Amino acid sequence: MRLSEMREGQQGRILRIGGETRLRRRILEMGLTKGSEIYVEKYAPLKDPLELVVRGCHVSLRVKEAAEIDVEAL
Amino acid sequence: MEKRQLRIALAGNPNSGKTTIFNNLTGTRQKVGNWPGVTVEKKEGDIHQFGYDMKIIDLPGTYSLTPFSIEEIVARDFILDENPDVVIDIIDASNLERNLYLANQLRELDCKVIFALNMADVAKSRGFRIDAAKLSELLGVPVVFTVGNKNEGLDDLLKAAIALAESPLEIPEERKVRYSNDIESAILELRNFIKPRVDLSFPYNLRWTAVKLLEDDKIIKDRIREKIGAESRNILIKAEELRGKLSGRFDDDPEIVMTDERYGFIAGIIKEVLSISTRQRVDISRNIDLVLTNRFLGFPIFIFFIWAMFQVTFSLGAYPMEWIDAGVGYASVFFEYVLPDSLLKDLIVDGIIAGVGSIIIFLPNILLLFFCIALFEDTGYMARAAFLMDRIMHLIGLHGKSFIPMLMGFGCNVPAIIATRSLESRKDRILTILITPFMSCSAKLPVYIALAGTFFAAHAGTVIFIIYLFGILVAIITGRLFRTALLRGEDAPFVMELPPYRVPMMKNLLIHMWDRSKMFLKKMGGIILAGSIVIWVLSSFPQNIQYSKDYDAQIAQVNQAYEKKISSGESIDEAWRRLKKEALIKEIASAKEAERAEKSYIGRIGKVIEPFFQPIGIDWRGSVALLTGFVAKEIVISTMGVLYAAEGDSEGDSESDALRNALLKSGMTPLSALSMMIFVLLYVPCLATIGAITRETGSMKWTLFHIAFTTGVAWGMSFIVFQGGRLLGF
Repeated sequence: MRLSEMREGQQGRILRIGGETRLRRRILEMGLTKGSEIYVEKYAPLKDPLELVVRGCHVSLRVKEAAEIDVEAL
Repeated sequence: MEKRQLRIALAGNPNSGKTTIFNNLTGTRQKVGNWPGVTVEKKEGDIHQFGYDMKIIDLPGTYSLTPFSIEEIVARDFILDENPDVVIDIIDASNLERNLYLANQLRELDCKVIFALNMADVAKSRGFRIDAAKLSELLGVPVVFTVGNKNEGLDDLLKAAIALAESPLEIPEERKVRYSNDIESAILELRNFIKPRVDLSFPYNLRWTAVKLLEDDKIIKDRIREKIGAESRNILIKAEELRGKLSGRFDDDPEIVMTDERYGFIAGIIKEVLSISTRQRVDISRNIDLVLTNRFLGFPIFIFFIWAMFQVTFSLGAYPMEWIDAGVGYASVFFEYVLPDSLLKDLIVDGIIAGVGSIIIFLPNILLLFFCIALFEDTGYMARAAFLMDRIMHLIGLHGKSFIPMLMGFGCNVPAIIATRSLESRKDRILTILITPFMSCSAKLPVYIALAGTFFAAHAGTVIFIIYLFGILVAIITGRLFRTALLRGEDAPFVMELPPYRVPMMKNLLIHMWDRSKMFLKKMGGIILAGSIVIWVLSSFPQNIQYSKDYDAQIAQVNQAYEKKISSGESIDEAWRRLKKEALIKEIASAKEAERAEKSYIGRIGKVIEPFFQPIGIDWRGSVALLTGFVAKEIVISTMGVLYAAEGDSEGDSESDALRNALLKSGMTPLSALSMMIFVLLYVPCLATIGAITRETGSMKWTLFHIAFTTGVAWGMSFIVFQGGRLLGF
């Protein structure tokens, strides 16, 4: 399942990160690596972007970017 | 003994408290400038302690040293090329894992690094225990605990930095990041391939160079081409070959695999040095966000904050503005009396004081606006504003953060353009700079009030509102256009940290505010002063104008005529006659002033450019007013006042009434007034803005483009409105 399909309050683990290299590296450098656990804190009032908690920090991503990340729900 | 000079660079993640530490180390002895060639702020400060002269350089806050953003390139180039004696990496102790990523990249660079585990108190209160001795041992790096905002541990940090600077560099290879076997063997192979092909002058560590080449680092590739010439081809081919092999092996780009492995290495370290007590604390920051980015409350609160910011900036700022206005008034009166009548006096009073005075009056607004912005930034609310607005800004292809500068544009474009510094991507920055001036700034309002008030009396408010909306519309349309044509592609990834809310420190807020305002003041010293002088010269020369009538004789005549009447007449009429006389003289004087303006250089220029403005319904006087508006929009109204020879009918008329009557008589129609307002809305904001654009884009090309582009759009839109209106029979 894609990260963008997760709902608020759901927890998951990252399986794979797609997209072009530049974006992928940015995502990785913010600590969203393969195998890391994420928690969907909330979606912005206009449903985009969304806020995640990963490794204890809060990171926001656009829905389009989140769609490049495959996750499994925990 | 001569004092040793040390250069110490501060590196670290954004929000790691780096700025606070820098401010506390250097106090107010800091210099703010730009890194060469880019618009990233460079801060330096000198301190003298423990018998050393230390220069502290604040590197831009980054999450990594992958050279994607300007900040990262600047930070890495500084370490590579300038060889600071020590690099202090400020690490947010409550966020160790993510912060260690940058820390490890610094270690790989082969420079002397110290880790400052900052915000140690926060980490402790969250139940984090960090074994600093173990961390230091595992990574071979000195580690110091600090609490930046309480000034704790900074002396220890400096002492450790000095000790490290004085000791020989050694970071044992085995303590560096170890990659998996396949990657390690590729690194070794490439390293051994490079070694015989470079001589001793090659400035970079070989292992690091090999790692970077395997990561396909564009900048390092360029550097190698530059530094070793012919052999570089073979090295790059070899690197490409190894990259291909690794890609096949891992079924992924090597740089992605290596990033993953670095985090793996960090995870191993974390396991050994960090213990988290299970006691759960209430996360205050998260609770604040439950309200501030709430689905229903988020926007109303955001709008309230923005409203409050404008209130503070403009309402509170109005008081000091009055004082400055009065001060400028006194200054010109003072010089008026003190200096003997001369050209120099005119230059000082009408040129310099009037010109610079009309701009310095915005200083309170600018200070307050920057204070509010600093408050938003330092509390962490700015990131939330971007989070809320991103969906809307993304429609124009911009980042949520672009909203703030564009909003500030309604106040003043100069701070707005400086505020684009908070944007990471250069393209976003340029695009935001290009369209922000379409947000109608406060200086344009008097022009609208004069024109709309005169020609659309009952509907003036509505017309002005529509003008503002029109500006926003043009910004959106041109923004989209630029995105698809000129600054295509590369939507900067939005990936952004939402840092925990913090109580801001007054010292930091004030330093922040002052740094930026100083830039505004500096600009005034230069560009605006020069611009005011040029406009003054153009409008007051040539001096020996051949007037069509002898105005002075006329005035003398009036004087004479009334002198007789007043002296002979009854006392009741005397006062009335005196008023009448003064009104007549004033009328003649303004007629003279109008003719003088017409025959001055600027008037001649106005006549020359009149054909350009004719199709949009503006005569030569309007042309000159618009031309002088190039310096500042406030001048448009005063120029119009002079050129339309604002002739007041009686003493009771205020200046604005006089201008209104003159405009009504001048042959201007509601349609041409509308056309002129649109032109004022859209064309180049002012000299100060142009200065800001040049500085912030760092290129004359973009500045010239901006001038041509905005003027083109302004003319085009005015043309459509004016000619279209005429076709429709207005």
